[in-house]
Amino acid sequence: MTKLNTYDAAVAAFEPVLGLETHVELDTATKMFCGCATTFGAEPNTQVCPVCLALPGALPVANKAAVEATMKIGLALNCRIAEWTRFARKNYFYPDMPKNFQTSQYEEPLCEDGYVDVVVEGKPYRVEIERVHLEEDTGKTLHVGGATGRIHGATESLVDYNRAGIPLVEIVTRPVPGTGALAPEVARAYVTELRDIVRSLGVSDVRMEQGSMRCDVNVSLNRPGDEWGTRTETKNVNSLRSVERAVRYEVRRQSALLEAGDKILQETRHFHETTGETSPGRSKEEATDYRYFPEPDLAVMEPSREWVEELRSSLPEPPRARRERLQAAWGLGDKEMQSVVNADAVALIEATIAAGASASGAVKWWLGELSRRANESGAELGELAITPIQVAELQGMVEDGRLNDKLARQVIDGVLAGEGGPADVAAARGLEVVSDTGALEAAVDEAIAANPAVAEKIRGGKHAAAGALIGAVMKATKGQADAGTVRQIILDKLS
Amino acid sequence: MSTISREEVAHLARLARLEVTDDELDAFAGQLDVILESMKTLGEVDTEGVQPTSHAVPLVNVFREDQPRPSLPRDAVLAGGPDTVEDRFRVPRILDEEE
Repeated sequence: MTKLNTYDAAVAAFEPVLGLETHVELDTATKMFCGCATTFGAEPNTQVCPVCLALPGALPVANKAAVEATMKIGLALNCRIAEWTRFARKNYFYPDMPKNFQTSQYEEPLCEDGYVDVVVEGKPYRVEIERVHLEEDTGKTLHVGGATGRIHGATESLVDYNRAGIPLVEIVTRPVPGTGALAPEVARAYVTELRDIVRSLGVSDVRMEQGSMRCDVNVSLNRPGDEWGTRTETKNVNSLRSVERAVRYEVRRQSALLEAGDKILQETRHFHETTGETSPGRSKEEATDYRYFPEPDLAVMEPSREWVEELRSSLPEPPRARRERLQAAWGLGDKEMQSVVNADAVALIEATIAAGASASGAVKWWLGELSRRANESGAELGELAITPIQVAELQGMVEDGRLNDKLARQVIDGVLAGEGGPADVAAARGLEVVSDTGALEAAVDEAIAANPAVAEKIRGGKHAAAGALIGAVMKATKGQADAGTVRQIILDKLS
Repeated sequence: MSTISREEVAHLARLARLEVTDDELDAFAGQLDVILESMKTLGEVDTEGVQPTSHAVPLVNVFREDQPRPSLPRDAVLAGGPDTVEDRFRVPRILDEEE
């Protein structure tokens, strides 16, 4: 059983230093060094050719779109674009690459020295980017014979090379000290911001759950004033929430070891989604020796400054500037905007407003009822089976007085259940505010007759007592009345 | 006395996944020595001001447009492997048991 400190005790005694390596799979139409298609979910080994299978004599040629996409990412992360850069072979024996090396970059990455600014709990942090380089993804291995499909205990592996050679961009931060107790949140904020930046560039769909964005989390601890400690690297952390959890777990685990006088092993660890724990991975007793050398089959790249400036001028509005602009346009406070960002609702709300909803209406539904539904079902907001256009339609029906909030929630039930758009659901389920004043007046008369004492209070000027009668009318109309209208009818009758 | 030790040869062999016998370790260490000695001759050339060369052809910025081309038929792909299961290449266990 791994011994853990409480998080508070850990960060009271130690200072964490973070480091993040993020891989982003580009969504080019073809692979990095050959013309094979990159369609996700294709039948195994149908998107492979002599180049990505490493058949003798096959020669790679770099994909220009991938090189451009990498430079765009570098520019968006405030990096310098190399004037001279080349690929390198990273040699290792592992069946996920048929070449027995991965084409990557070594001493001359395409982009260097950038930064990403994030704000956590009102405090700004600058995460420095050491490098952004271009490489290729590996094939997918299926481990057979192990207990859970994991590599440990597997008796054999089955390999699909469709993914081998898909362009992959690696983004490496410098060590990030000074985050203290907020290290997990800063790590998450950085990965979120990085994801939003890359997404805004349109070069990857950056979906962590599908593996098109993958994160390795480095954590070390040191006592205040001491040198940085030995770090561990937790591999393949595949959701924003997991980034935060992995950091938190390593802080708790490492602090317990250090307090017991034990040493931290420099090692690779695996993150377990279900338990939120990390466990040791491949042992690194023998230091890895990748014997990098310049790739002789690929020409050196010298991106012209004209090319770089052309790309720079093509960059879209940075997500941060966009958020600030939208916050002002929507009239939201900092805290409310932060909730919108945390819920990953910026684009959804923007689209809802574009479809005709008011800003306050759009924010209300996405942050309120729909966030609650997403939480209940463990889904992301964007995965709910309701579109921004439908939310705008729903809000329009509320504003027209055709639905009240309670009925609107029932309409959401129907839309999420796949019964159609809001108008269809309202019609099919008979959900409509009773606007027939005659019917409402009759219901009010009944309520007054049934509650003479309450009626007397209202007559005496206690308008607050009207709530009891409104409740009775709502019950009688099965919630299909507009509370404001009912209140008005009651007050008219009793004054 | 070899400048390349048996241990270094064993290490290189392990990295290259080559099986080498004890006798071969000695033999290769000696041979690698001769090779390195010969290469030292190159070190005598004055390379002051000469850029290191990694590519023999003076080409830069050779790119391909992002246009898909047909892949190989799967039968042909799988025929190149020693064993396949469910349209995938079957390979032995990747990690040793103690790893």
